[in-house]
Amino acid sequence: MTARIALRGVAKQFGAKQVLRGVDLAVQPGESLVIIGGSGTGKSVTIKCILGLIRPDAGSIKVDGREVTGLKGRALADHQARFGMLFQGGALFDSLPVWRNVSFALSGSVASRRAAAADNLARVGLGSDVLDLRPSSLSGGMQKRVALARAIAARPEILFFDEPTTGLDPIMADVINDLIRTLVTDLKITALTITHDMSSARKIADRVAMLYEGSIIWQGSRDELDASGNPYVDQFVHGRADGPIKMPLRTL
Amino acid sequence: MSPVTTLAHALIALGTVVIGLFAAIGRLARFAVTLVGRLVRPPWYPAQLFEQMLVIGWFSLPVVGLTALFTGSALAQQIYIGGSRFNASSTVPAVTVIGIVRELGPVLGGLMVAGRVASAMAAEIGTMRVTEQIDALTTLRTDPFRYLMGPRVVAAVLMMPLLVLVSNALGVMGGWLLATGRLGFNSAAYLNTTAQFLKADDVWSSMVKAAVFGFFIALMGCYHGYHSSGGAAGVGRATTNAVVSAFILILLSNLIITVIVFGS
Repeated sequence: MTARIALRGVAKQFGAKQVLRGVDLAVQPGESLVIIGGSGTGKSVTIKCILGLIRPDAGSIKVDGREVTGLKGRALADHQARFGMLFQGGALFDSLPVWRNVSFALSGSVASRRAAAADNLARVGLGSDVLDLRPSSLSGGMQKRVALARAIAARPEILFFDEPTTGLDPIMADVINDLIRTLVTDLKITALTITHDMSSARKIADRVAMLYEGSIIWQGSRDELDASGNPYVDQFVHGRADGPIKMPLRTL
Repeated sequence: MSPVTTLAHALIALGTVVIGLFAAIGRLARFAVTLVGRLVRPPWYPAQLFEQMLVIGWFSLPVVGLTALFTGSALAQQIYIGGSRFNASSTVPAVTVIGIVRELGPVLGGLMVAGRVASAMAAEIGTMRVTEQIDALTTLRTDPFRYLMGPRVVAAVLMMPLLVLVSNALGVMGGWLLATGRLGFNSAAYLNTTAQFLKADDVWSSMVKAAVFGFFIALMGCYHGYHSSGGAAGVGRATTNAVVSAFILILLSNLIITVIVFGS
Protein backbone atom coordinates (compact mmCIF):
# COMPACT_ATOMS: atom_id res chain seq x y z
CA MET A 1 0.00 0.00 0.00
CA THR A 2 1.30 3.45 -0.87
CA ALA A 3 1.79 5.57 2.21
CA ARG A 4 -0.38 8.67 2.31
CA ILE A 5 2.61 10.73 3.41
CA ALA A 6 6.20 9.52 3.03
CA LEU A 7 9.26 11.52 4.07
CA ARG A 8 12.77 10.39 3.18
CA GLY A 9 15.91 12.14 4.34
CA VAL A 10 14.22 15.51 4.79
CA ALA A 11 16.74 18.10 5.97
CA LYS A 12 16.36 21.78 6.75
CA GLN A 13 18.80 24.34 8.03
CA PHE A 14 18.05 27.87 9.27
CA GLY A 15 21.24 29.91 9.24
CA ALA A 16 23.80 27.87 11.17
CA LYS A 17 21.15 25.76 12.90
CA GLN A 18 20.46 22.35 11.39
CA VAL A 19 16.82 21.79 12.42
CA LEU A 20 16.02 18.61 10.48
CA ARG A 21 18.81 16.09 9.85
CA GLY A 22 17.21 13.52 7.57
CA VAL A 23 13.67 12.73 8.72
CA ASP A 24 12.29 9.37 7.52
CA LEU A 25 8.62 8.86 8.26
CA ALA A 26 5.54 7.27 6.72
CA VAL A 27 1.87 7.84 7.52
CA GLN A 28 -0.62 5.27 6.20
CA PRO A 29 -4.09 6.25 4.92
CA GLY A 30 -6.62 6.59 7.73
CA GLU A 31 -3.93 6.37 10.36
CA SER A 32 -3.39 8.79 13.23
CA LEU A 33 0.31 9.34 13.76
CA VAL A 34 1.62 11.43 16.62
CA ILE A 35 5.11 12.90 16.57
CA ILE A 36 6.40 13.55 20.07
CA GLY A 37 9.49 15.49 20.98
CA GLY A 38 10.74 18.39 23.05
CA SER A 39 10.58 22.04 22.10
CA GLY A 40 12.83 23.03 19.22
CA THR A 41 13.35 19.49 17.91
CA GLY A 42 11.86 20.36 14.51
CA LYS A 43 8.29 19.12 14.89
CA SER A 44 6.63 22.26 13.47
CA VAL A 45 9.22 22.54 10.70
CA THR A 46 8.45 18.95 9.64
CA ILE A 47 4.74 19.75 9.29
CA LYS A 48 5.41 23.03 7.48
CA CYS A 49 7.70 21.20 5.03
CA ILE A 50 4.94 18.72 4.19
CA LEU A 51 2.47 21.59 3.75
CA GLY A 52 4.84 23.39 1.42
CA LEU A 53 5.06 26.42 3.72
CA ILE A 54 8.79 25.76 4.13
CA ARG A 55 10.99 24.27 1.42
CA PRO A 56 13.36 21.54 2.69
CA ASP A 57 17.05 21.73 1.72
CA ALA A 58 17.22 18.04 0.90
CA GLY A 59 15.14 14.87 0.87
CA SER A 60 11.85 13.79 -0.61
CA ILE A 61 8.27 14.25 0.54
CA LYS A 62 5.63 12.19 -1.23
CA VAL A 63 1.88 12.42 -0.76
CA ASP A 64 0.06 9.41 -2.24
CA GLY A 65 3.27 8.52 -4.05
CA ARG A 66 3.65 11.92 -5.70
CA GLU A 67 6.65 14.11 -5.01
CA VAL A 68 5.55 17.44 -3.53
CA THR A 69 8.80 19.23 -2.75
CA GLY A 70 9.42 22.05 -5.20
CA LEU A 71 5.77 22.45 -6.21
CA LYS A 72 4.85 25.97 -7.28
CA GLY A 73 1.85 28.11 -8.11
CA ARG A 74 -1.33 26.22 -8.96
CA ALA A 75 0.14 22.78 -8.21
CA LEU A 76 1.27 23.95 -4.77
CA ALA A 77 -2.16 25.47 -4.04
CA ASP A 78 -3.86 22.21 -5.09
CA HIS A 79 -1.48 20.27 -2.86
CA GLN A 80 -2.18 22.56 0.10
CA ALA A 81 -5.93 22.30 -0.43
CA ARG A 82 -5.79 18.61 0.57
CA PHE A 83 -4.77 19.51 4.11
CA GLY A 84 -6.53 21.00 7.07
CA MET A 85 -4.46 22.34 9.90
CA LEU A 86 -5.13 23.21 13.50
CA PHE A 87 -2.51 25.77 14.47
CA GLN A 88 -1.03 25.94 17.95
CA GLY A 89 -2.57 29.29 18.84
CA GLY A 90 -5.69 28.67 16.75
CA ALA A 91 -4.63 31.32 14.20
CA LEU A 92 -8.23 32.50 13.86
CA PHE A 93 -8.64 35.66 11.79
CA ASP A 94 -9.46 38.21 14.45
CA SER A 95 -10.98 40.67 12.02
CA LEU A 96 -13.71 38.20 11.02
CA PRO A 97 -16.62 36.76 13.02
CA VAL A 98 -16.62 33.08 13.94
CA TRP A 99 -18.89 31.94 11.09
CA ARG A 100 -16.68 33.59 8.46
CA ASN A 101 -13.61 32.01 10.02
CA VAL A 102 -15.15 28.54 9.92
CA SER A 103 -16.50 28.91 6.38
CA PHE A 104 -13.42 30.74 5.06
CA ALA A 105 -12.39 28.09 2.54
CA LEU A 106 -15.96 27.42 1.39
CA SER A 107 -17.74 29.04 -1.52
CA GLY A 108 -21.45 29.64 -2.05
CA SER A 109 -24.10 32.01 -0.76
CA VAL A 110 -23.89 33.64 2.65
CA ALA A 111 -26.79 31.50 3.91
CA SER A 112 -25.19 28.24 2.79
CA ARG A 113 -21.81 29.19 4.26
CA ARG A 114 -23.42 30.19 7.56
CA ALA A 115 -25.26 26.87 7.64
CA ALA A 116 -22.02 24.99 6.91
CA ALA A 117 -20.30 26.94 9.69
CA ALA A 118 -23.08 26.05 12.16
CA ASP A 119 -22.87 22.42 11.08
CA ASN A 120 -19.11 22.23 11.61
CA LEU A 121 -19.34 24.09 14.92
CA ALA A 122 -21.91 21.52 16.07
CA ARG A 123 -19.36 18.78 15.32
CA VAL A 124 -16.98 20.36 17.81
CA GLY A 125 -19.71 20.92 20.37
CA LEU A 126 -20.43 24.61 19.85
CA GLY A 127 -23.88 26.10 19.36
CA SER A 128 -24.93 28.61 16.73
CA ASP A 129 -24.88 31.35 19.40
CA VAL A 130 -21.15 31.83 18.74
CA LEU A 131 -21.58 32.37 14.97
CA ASP A 132 -21.46 36.15 15.11
CA LEU A 133 -18.92 36.54 17.92
CA ARG A 134 -15.37 37.71 17.31
CA PRO A 135 -12.60 35.21 18.09
CA SER A 136 -11.16 37.59 20.71
CA SER A 137 -14.30 37.29 22.82
CA LEU A 138 -13.97 33.49 23.08
CA SER A 139 -12.06 31.52 25.73
CA GLY A 140 -8.91 29.59 24.76
CA GLY A 141 -10.75 26.28 24.64
CA MET A 142 -13.54 27.70 22.49
CA GLN A 143 -11.02 29.30 20.12
CA LYS A 144 -9.35 25.92 19.72
CA ARG A 145 -12.69 24.32 18.92
CA VAL A 146 -13.58 27.02 16.39
CA ALA A 147 -10.16 26.51 14.80
CA LEU A 148 -10.85 22.77 14.69
CA ALA A 149 -14.22 23.41 13.01
CA ARG A 150 -12.43 25.61 10.45
CA ALA A 151 -9.80 22.95 9.79
CA ILE A 152 -12.42 20.28 9.00
CA ALA A 153 -14.89 22.56 7.17
CA ALA A 154 -13.54 21.87 3.69
CA ARG A 155 -13.37 18.12 4.47
CA PRO A 156 -9.64 17.75 3.91
CA GLU A 157 -8.11 14.32 3.32
CA ILE A 158 -5.33 14.95 5.80
CA LEU A 159 -5.42 16.88 9.07
CA PHE A 160 -2.45 18.30 10.94
CA PHE A 161 -2.64 19.21 14.58
CA ASP A 162 0.10 21.44 16.00
CA GLU A 163 0.17 21.09 19.80
CA PRO A 164 -3.64 20.78 20.01
CA THR A 165 -3.80 20.85 23.82
CA THR A 166 -1.17 23.50 24.64
CA GLY A 167 -2.51 26.23 26.91
CA LEU A 168 -5.71 24.39 27.83
CA ASP A 169 -6.76 23.10 31.24
CA PRO A 170 -6.62 19.28 31.61
CA ILE A 171 -10.36 18.80 31.17
CA MET A 172 -10.61 20.99 28.07
CA ALA A 173 -7.46 19.26 26.75
CA ASP A 174 -9.23 15.92 27.09
CA VAL A 175 -12.32 17.30 25.36
CA ILE A 176 -10.14 18.37 22.41
CA ASN A 177 -8.38 14.97 22.37
CA ASP A 178 -11.74 13.19 22.27
CA LEU A 179 -12.91 15.48 19.47
CA ILE A 180 -9.81 14.82 17.40
CA ARG A 181 -10.14 11.06 17.88
CA THR A 182 -13.84 11.15 16.95
CA LEU A 183 -13.29 13.36 13.90
CA VAL A 184 -10.45 11.17 12.63
CA THR A 185 -12.58 8.04 13.04
CA ASP A 186 -15.86 9.54 11.74
CA LEU A 187 -14.49 11.44 8.78
CA LYS A 188 -11.86 8.74 7.98
CA ILE A 189 -9.17 11.35 7.86
CA THR A 190 -5.42 10.71 7.98
CA ALA A 191 -4.07 12.68 10.93
CA LEU A 192 -0.62 13.86 11.87
CA THR A 193 -0.27 15.47 15.28
CA ILE A 194 2.76 17.02 16.90
CA THR A 195 2.74 17.34 20.66
CA HIS A 196 4.76 17.08 23.82
CA ASP A 197 1.66 16.27 25.85
CA MET A 198 1.86 12.53 26.52
CA SER A 199 -1.75 12.08 27.65
CA SER A 200 -2.80 13.69 24.37
CA ALA A 201 -0.46 11.42 22.39
CA ARG A 202 -1.83 8.30 24.12
CA LYS A 203 -5.38 9.30 23.33
CA ILE A 204 -5.00 10.44 19.72
CA ALA A 205 -2.36 8.11 18.33
CA ASP A 206 -2.52 4.84 16.47
CA ARG A 207 1.21 5.09 16.08
CA VAL A 208 3.82 7.30 17.74
CA ALA A 209 7.16 8.55 16.41
CA MET A 210 9.74 10.44 18.41
CA LEU A 211 11.72 13.29 16.90
CA TYR A 212 14.99 14.15 18.58
CA GLU A 213 17.65 16.53 17.30
CA GLY A 214 16.12 16.61 13.85
CA SER A 215 15.61 12.92 13.16
CA ILE A 216 13.13 10.19 14.04
CA ILE A 217 14.79 8.06 16.71
CA TRP A 218 11.93 5.67 17.40
CA GLN A 219 8.51 4.75 16.10
CA GLY A 220 5.97 2.17 17.11
CA SER A 221 2.35 1.59 18.00
CA ARG A 222 0.77 3.40 20.92
CA ASP A 223 0.84 0.21 23.00
CA GLU A 224 4.57 -0.15 22.51
CA LEU A 225 5.23 3.30 23.93
CA ASP A 226 5.86 2.12 27.49
CA ALA A 227 8.08 -0.78 26.44
CA SER A 228 10.03 0.94 23.68
CA GLY A 229 13.41 -0.10 25.06
CA ASN A 230 14.69 3.28 23.92
CA PRO A 231 16.15 5.33 26.79
CA TYR A 232 15.32 8.63 25.02
CA VAL A 233 11.67 7.66 24.57
CA ASP A 234 11.50 6.35 28.15
CA GLN A 235 12.85 9.60 29.53
CA PHE A 236 10.44 11.70 27.46
CA VAL A 237 7.37 9.55 28.09
CA HIS A 238 7.92 9.60 31.82
CA GLY A 239 9.04 13.22 31.92
CA ARG A 240 12.30 12.69 33.80
CA ALA A 241 15.01 15.32 34.09
CA ASP A 242 17.70 12.62 34.26
CA GLY A 243 18.51 10.57 31.20
CA PRO A 244 20.23 10.75 27.83
CA ILE A 245 18.35 13.93 26.81
CA LYS A 246 20.17 16.84 28.40
CA MET A 247 18.58 20.25 28.70
CA PRO A 248 21.04 23.04 28.00
CA LEU A 249 20.83 24.53 31.50
CA ARG A 250 23.49 26.60 33.16
CA THR A 251 24.12 25.99 36.84
CA LEU A 252 23.58 29.04 38.97
CA MET B 1 46.63 45.85 15.25
CA SER B 2 48.67 46.71 12.17
CA PRO B 3 47.38 49.39 9.79
CA VAL B 4 46.90 46.75 7.10
CA THR B 5 44.68 44.65 9.36
CA THR B 6 42.71 47.73 10.40
CA LEU B 7 42.21 48.63 6.76
CA ALA B 8 41.17 45.07 5.95
CA HIS B 9 38.63 45.11 8.79
CA ALA B 10 37.26 48.44 7.61
CA LEU B 11 36.95 47.14 4.05
CA ILE B 12 35.24 43.96 5.24
CA ALA B 13 32.77 46.03 7.29
CA LEU B 14 32.10 48.32 4.33
CA GLY B 15 31.70 45.34 1.99
CA THR B 16 29.28 43.66 4.38
CA VAL B 17 27.15 46.81 4.53
CA VAL B 18 27.13 47.21 0.73
CA ILE B 19 26.30 43.54 0.13
CA GLY B 20 23.60 43.73 2.81
CA LEU B 21 22.10 46.78 1.12
CA PHE B 22 22.02 45.14 -2.30
CA ALA B 23 20.57 41.96 -0.79
CA ALA B 24 17.82 44.00 0.87
CA ILE B 25 17.02 45.81 -2.39
CA GLY B 26 16.97 42.44 -4.18
CA ARG B 27 14.59 40.90 -1.65
CA LEU B 28 12.29 43.90 -1.83
CA ALA B 29 12.30 43.93 -5.64
CA ARG B 30 11.50 40.22 -5.72
CA PHE B 31 8.65 40.76 -3.26
CA ALA B 32 7.28 43.62 -5.36
CA VAL B 33 7.48 41.58 -8.59
CA THR B 34 5.73 38.62 -6.93
CA LEU B 35 3.03 40.90 -5.55
CA VAL B 36 2.33 42.67 -8.84
CA GLY B 37 2.53 39.38 -10.76
CA ARG B 38 -0.12 37.78 -8.52
CA LEU B 39 -2.26 40.92 -8.59
CA VAL B 40 -2.90 40.80 -12.29
CA ARG B 41 -4.30 37.28 -12.14
CA PRO B 42 -7.52 36.22 -10.36
CA PRO B 43 -8.93 35.46 -7.86
CA TRP B 44 -9.56 39.07 -6.86
CA TYR B 45 -11.18 40.18 -3.65
CA PRO B 46 -13.33 43.28 -4.32
CA ALA B 47 -14.70 43.40 -0.76
CA GLN B 48 -11.15 43.58 0.60
CA LEU B 49 -10.26 46.24 -1.94
CA PHE B 50 -13.27 48.37 -1.01
CA GLU B 51 -12.49 48.09 2.69
CA GLN B 52 -8.88 49.16 2.11
CA MET B 53 -9.98 52.07 -0.09
CA LEU B 54 -12.13 53.24 2.78
CA VAL B 55 -9.34 52.81 5.34
CA ILE B 56 -6.62 54.41 3.23
CA GLY B 57 -8.64 57.04 1.39
CA TRP B 58 -11.58 58.17 3.44
CA PHE B 59 -10.10 57.83 6.92
CA SER B 60 -6.88 59.62 5.91
CA LEU B 61 -8.82 62.60 4.62
CA PRO B 62 -8.94 64.62 7.89
CA VAL B 63 -5.23 64.35 8.65
CA VAL B 64 -4.12 64.97 5.06
CA GLY B 65 -6.61 67.83 4.65
CA LEU B 66 -5.57 69.60 7.84
CA THR B 67 -1.89 69.20 6.98
CA ALA B 68 -2.45 70.83 3.58
CA LEU B 69 -4.63 73.62 4.98
CA PHE B 70 -2.13 74.65 7.67
CA THR B 71 0.89 74.27 5.39
CA GLY B 72 -0.77 76.34 2.64
CA SER B 73 -1.43 79.16 5.11
CA ALA B 74 2.09 79.06 6.57
CA LEU B 75 3.58 78.98 3.06
CA ALA B 76 1.57 82.05 1.98
CA GLN B 77 2.72 83.93 5.08
CA GLN B 78 6.40 83.11 4.45
CA ILE B 79 6.24 83.96 0.75
CA TYR B 80 4.64 87.27 1.67
CA ILE B 81 7.43 88.08 4.14
CA GLY B 82 10.15 86.96 1.71
CA GLY B 83 8.50 88.63 -1.27
CA SER B 84 8.01 91.96 0.53
CA ARG B 85 11.79 92.41 0.68
CA PHE B 86 11.90 92.59 -3.12
CA ASN B 87 8.56 94.34 -3.53
CA ALA B 88 7.26 91.06 -4.87
CA SER B 89 4.56 90.27 -2.33
CA SER B 90 2.10 89.90 -5.21
CA THR B 91 3.77 86.59 -6.06
CA VAL B 92 2.05 84.95 -3.06
CA PRO B 93 -0.78 83.24 -5.01
CA ALA B 94 1.49 82.00 -7.81
CA VAL B 95 4.25 80.61 -5.59
CA THR B 96 1.77 79.13 -3.14
CA VAL B 97 -0.13 77.19 -5.77
CA ILE B 98 3.02 75.92 -7.45
CA GLY B 99 4.65 75.01 -4.14
CA ILE B 100 1.57 73.19 -2.92
CA VAL B 101 0.58 71.34 -6.09
CA ARG B 102 4.04 70.41 -7.32
CA GLU B 103 5.72 69.54 -4.03
CA LEU B 104 4.10 70.03 -0.65
CA GLY B 105 0.66 68.60 -1.37
CA PRO B 106 1.87 65.19 -2.59
CA VAL B 107 4.94 64.96 -0.33
CA LEU B 108 3.28 65.99 2.93
CA GLY B 109 0.17 63.99 2.04
CA GLY B 110 2.39 60.98 1.30
CA LEU B 111 4.28 61.33 4.56
CA MET B 112 1.08 61.66 6.60
CA VAL B 113 -0.51 58.64 4.91
CA ALA B 114 2.74 56.70 5.36
CA GLY B 115 2.66 57.46 9.08
CA ARG B 116 -0.96 56.40 9.35
CA VAL B 117 -1.22 53.54 6.89
CA ALA B 118 2.19 51.90 6.42
CA SER B 119 2.51 51.47 10.19
CA ALA B 120 -0.99 50.02 10.53
CA MET B 121 -0.42 47.61 7.63
CA ALA B 122 2.92 46.43 9.01
CA ALA B 123 1.42 45.96 12.48
CA GLU B 124 -1.65 44.09 11.21
CA ILE B 125 0.14 41.84 8.72
CA GLY B 126 3.04 41.38 11.16
CA THR B 127 0.67 40.24 13.91
CA MET B 128 -1.00 37.89 11.43
CA ARG B 129 2.44 36.51 10.57
CA VAL B 130 3.57 35.86 14.15
CA THR B 131 0.20 34.36 15.16
CA GLU B 132 0.36 32.03 12.10
CA GLN B 133 -2.75 33.59 10.53
CA ILE B 134 -0.84 33.99 7.25
CA ASP B 135 0.05 30.28 7.27
CA ALA B 136 -3.60 29.59 8.09
CA LEU B 137 -4.69 31.59 5.03
CA THR B 138 -2.46 29.42 2.85
CA THR B 139 -3.92 26.21 4.24
CA LEU B 140 -7.42 27.62 3.59
CA ARG B 141 -6.83 27.91 -0.17
CA THR B 142 -6.20 31.63 0.00
CA ASP B 143 -3.09 33.33 -1.31
CA PRO B 144 -1.99 36.01 1.17
CA PHE B 145 -0.51 38.04 -1.70
CA ARG B 146 -3.87 38.27 -3.43
CA TYR B 147 -6.12 38.42 -0.36
CA LEU B 148 -4.13 40.55 2.08
CA MET B 149 -1.50 42.56 0.27
CA GLY B 150 -2.85 43.01 -3.25
CA PRO B 151 -5.96 44.97 -2.17
CA ARG B 152 -3.81 47.20 0.05
CA VAL B 153 -1.43 48.10 -2.77
CA VAL B 154 -4.19 48.71 -5.32
CA ALA B 155 -6.23 50.75 -2.83
CA ALA B 156 -3.22 52.90 -1.94
CA VAL B 157 -2.33 53.51 -5.62
CA LEU B 158 -5.94 54.47 -6.41
CA MET B 159 -6.70 56.55 -3.34
CA MET B 160 -3.49 58.56 -2.96
CA PRO B 161 -4.06 60.66 -6.13
CA LEU B 162 -7.60 61.47 -4.99
CA LEU B 163 -6.38 62.37 -1.52
CA VAL B 164 -3.68 64.58 -2.98
CA LEU B 165 -6.18 66.33 -5.25
CA VAL B 166 -8.24 67.25 -2.20
CA SER B 167 -5.10 68.11 -0.29
CA ASN B 168 -3.91 70.43 -3.08
CA ALA B 169 -7.24 72.23 -3.12
CA LEU B 170 -7.18 72.65 0.65
CA GLY B 171 -3.55 73.83 0.55
CA VAL B 172 -4.43 76.55 -1.94
CA MET B 173 -7.45 77.39 0.17
CA GLY B 174 -5.24 77.73 3.24
CA GLY B 175 -3.07 80.23 1.37
CA TRP B 176 -6.11 82.12 0.11
CA LEU B 177 -7.70 82.27 3.59
CA LEU B 178 -4.57 83.76 5.11
CA ALA B 179 -3.82 86.09 2.21
CA THR B 180 -7.32 87.54 2.07
CA GLY B 181 -7.91 87.49 5.83
CA ARG B 182 -4.59 88.79 7.13
CA LEU B 183 -2.48 90.11 4.28
CA GLY B 184 -5.09 92.25 2.58
CA PHE B 185 -5.25 90.43 -0.79
CA ASN B 186 -8.30 90.80 -2.99
CA SER B 187 -10.13 87.49 -3.08
CA ALA B 188 -11.02 87.48 -6.79
CA ALA B 189 -7.56 88.67 -7.87
CA TYR B 190 -5.89 86.02 -5.70
CA LEU B 191 -7.96 83.21 -7.22
CA ASN B 192 -7.47 84.61 -10.70
CA THR B 193 -3.67 84.61 -10.36
CA THR B 194 -3.79 81.12 -8.87
CA ALA B 195 -5.77 79.84 -11.86
CA GLN B 196 -3.41 81.57 -14.30
CA PHE B 197 -0.29 80.01 -12.88
CA LEU B 198 -1.66 76.51 -12.32
CA LYS B 199 -0.99 74.31 -15.36
CA ALA B 200 -2.49 70.92 -16.14
CA ASP B 201 1.00 69.39 -16.05
CA ASP B 202 1.37 70.48 -12.43
CA VAL B 203 -1.78 68.61 -11.48
CA TRP B 204 -0.80 65.53 -13.50
CA SER B 205 2.67 65.36 -12.00
CA SER B 206 1.14 65.77 -8.56
CA MET B 207 -1.15 62.80 -9.13
CA VAL B 208 1.57 60.64 -10.62
CA LYS B 209 3.69 61.35 -7.57
CA ALA B 210 0.77 60.48 -5.32
CA ALA B 211 0.21 57.14 -7.07
CA VAL B 212 3.93 56.28 -6.80
CA PHE B 213 3.95 57.24 -3.11
CA GLY B 214 0.82 55.16 -2.55
CA PHE B 215 2.57 52.14 -4.07
CA PHE B 216 5.63 52.58 -1.85
CA ILE B 217 3.54 53.15 1.29
CA ALA B 218 1.56 49.94 0.83
CA LEU B 219 4.59 47.99 -0.39
CA MET B 220 6.62 48.93 2.69
CA GLY B 221 3.75 48.19 5.06
CA CYS B 222 3.15 44.78 3.47
CA TYR B 223 6.82 43.85 3.01
CA HIS B 224 7.88 44.58 6.58
CA GLY B 225 4.72 43.06 8.04
CA TYR B 226 5.02 39.90 5.94
CA HIS B 227 8.65 39.38 6.96
CA SER B 228 8.28 40.17 10.63
CA SER B 229 9.30 37.55 13.15
CA GLY B 230 9.97 37.27 16.85
CA GLY B 231 6.69 38.16 18.53
CA ALA B 232 5.63 41.60 19.73
CA ALA B 233 9.14 43.08 19.50
CA GLY B 234 9.42 41.86 15.91
CA VAL B 235 6.10 43.46 14.98
CA GLY B 236 7.26 46.70 16.62
CA ARG B 237 10.46 46.66 14.55
CA ALA B 238 8.48 45.92 11.38
CA THR B 239 6.20 48.90 12.05
CA THR B 240 9.10 51.31 12.57
CA ASN B 241 10.96 49.99 9.52
CA ALA B 242 7.84 50.29 7.38
CA VAL B 243 7.34 53.97 8.24
CA VAL B 244 11.01 54.94 7.98
CA SER B 245 11.56 53.15 4.67
CA ALA B 246 8.30 54.55 3.24
CA PHE B 247 9.42 58.08 4.22
CA ILE B 248 12.78 57.64 2.51
CA LEU B 249 11.28 56.12 -0.64
CA ILE B 250 8.70 58.92 -0.85
CA LEU B 251 11.32 61.66 -0.55
CA LEU B 252 13.72 59.95 -2.97
CA SER B 253 11.09 59.17 -5.61
CA ASN B 254 9.73 62.72 -5.27
CA LEU B 255 13.16 64.11 -6.06
CA ILE B 256 13.54 61.80 -9.06
CA ILE B 257 10.10 62.67 -10.48
CA THR B 258 10.63 66.40 -9.89
CA VAL B 259 13.99 66.32 -11.71
CA ILE B 260 12.51 64.32 -14.61
CA VAL B 261 9.35 66.43 -15.00
CA PHE B 262 10.54 69.92 -14.13
CA GLY B 263 14.34 69.65 -14.43
CA SER B 264 14.63 70.21 -18.16
